[in-house]
Amino acid sequence: MVDTRVALSGITLDNPVIPASGTFGYGHEFAELYDINCLGAFSFKGTTRAPRFGNPTPRIAEAPAGMLNAVGLQNPGVEKVISEELPKLREVFRKPVMANVSGFSVEEYAETCALLDKEDQVGWLEVNISCPNVHGGGMSFGADPSAAAEVTRAVKAVTTKPVYMKLSPNVTDIAAIAKACEDAGADGVSLINTLLAMRIDLKRRKPLLANRTGGLSGPAVFPVAVRMVYQVYEAVSIPIIGMGGVSSAEDVIELMLAGASAVEVGAANLVDPFAARNIIEDLPRVMEQYGIDTLSEIIGGAHNG
Amino acid sequence: MKQGLYRIESNRPLTADVRELRLAGDTSPITAPGQFVNVRIDGLYLRRPISVCDWDGDGLTLIYKVVGRGTAALARMAPGGELDLLCGLGNGFDVSKCTQRTLVIGGGVGTPPMYGLAKALLRAGKTPVAVLGFNTRDEIFYEAEFRALGIETTVTTVDGSAGIKGFVTGTLPEDYGYYCACGPEPMLKAVYRAARTSGLLSFEERMGCGFGACMGCSCETRYGNKRICRDGPVLEKEEIIW
Repeated sequence: MVDTRVALSGITLDNPVIPASGTFGYGHEFAELYDINCLGAFSFKGTTRAPRFGNPTPRIAEAPAGMLNAVGLQNPGVEKVISEELPKLREVFRKPVMANVSGFSVEEYAETCALLDKEDQVGWLEVNISCPNVHGGGMSFGADPSAAAEVTRAVKAVTTKPVYMKLSPNVTDIAAIAKACEDAGADGVSLINTLLAMRIDLKRRKPLLANRTGGLSGPAVFPVAVRMVYQVYEAVSIPIIGMGGVSSAEDVIELMLAGASAVEVGAANLVDPFAARNIIEDLPRVMEQYGIDTLSEIIGGAHNG
Repeated sequence: MKQGLYRIESNRPLTADVRELRLAGDTSPITAPGQFVNVRIDGLYLRRPISVCDWDGDGLTLIYKVVGRGTAALARMAPGGELDLLCGLGNGFDVSKCTQRTLVIGGGVGTPPMYGLAKALLRAGKTPVAVLGFNTRDEIFYEAEFRALGIETTVTTVDGSAGIKGFVTGTLPEDYGYYCACGPEPMLKAVYRAARTSGLLSFEERMGCGFGACMGCSCETRYGNKRICRDGPVLEKEEIIW
């Protein structure tokens, strides 16, 4: 019997598979299809202080081995998430959930995190400083080490829960941003968010997305994720949650060898609603295939020698 | 909603670029006319949403227009092959809202779900009246199938090459208590303005997942934010903000 357990800041997960924010809603759509308690955890839909409708449509476009999205952080706002979504979630998910938070100012990040800090079911805060689809916020914090550090410090000051800073790949040196977060007190980092991208409609001769640009995800970005997790692992000693195009148990192992302590699955949930469950069910077989008894022992294994 | 494999029984052209695909497989997830399926296509990442035209205990009929790489790939699929579907998506038309004499208005490739709706209305003992709009004679499909249901059927073409010349809104009957419509957005808007009664309108949008997880197809309505894939694609006239 192989051991798939991993730990994130003192909380043990049955397995490292975590559906990524924005691809799993607040869990209900998937709980209707299967028992989501098989998940290691999941990261709920990016939540902001105030409700947001998000961007105009079209918000979605096809890409080679992937997709673009420009949803723009549609969410009901943190108060409704706490009063409506979390009570409903408790009925279908008995494990700690990862609360994904976005904001447009340092104060807003802190306010939203302070409210979520009081919620028992929230195991970790995943602070998104890397959304490419909203203007004047999100990604600008994740593109500058000192701004990333400032958000980290502000959030750490209002919560006792572990704080994972979600980083953007749309930077020259992601390791420097990760290091700045670690130095500012982050308990971990999660990466990568989507890559800034665009498609153009040949008939209309205009960008396909109403927002013009969107974030690229799916298998197309997986090698970028592996490279960035590998680089960040060399730069920091806090845990890394790896993500970006993960679609199989083999992908999970590859990202863990690069340095991830746990792995998020994003776009794959949208094309196959059972993707996360299938990866979890497949993991023991693939571990055996590669001679892995204890999954946590392979974290960063590709760096040896 | 269920995921399943469906066997292709036929995949035949109805017009130059519209095709009818008959699939055998589990139709138990389909609970209302106007629902759709999300089809996985080799070589493409995202599934493609296609409305259900008709279904029975053995399988379902999809009608699609070849407009891009996804539908072009679908057109090349041969009988005997299999398709991976998410089946029974969306709310569909609520037949209980329809009055005894209900207009069933379809425009172009928005016509297919209206066929299944007409059959569902007949099963409910109601009297559907079909008004089907196309651009030109060559683009007309399923007129005979609608007439074979024994229902009053009017066809319009924009160029007058068949049926009544003009748009569907030019020939709406006088006596009806409710309407259901599916077609291009300009047609839906015209029907919304021309119709004297309440009604249900079915919308199209680029989708990510098709089952309500990604917020890719959201719209604002008078009843709050809705996901076209999950809370739609059918919206009530009263909630639409036009």
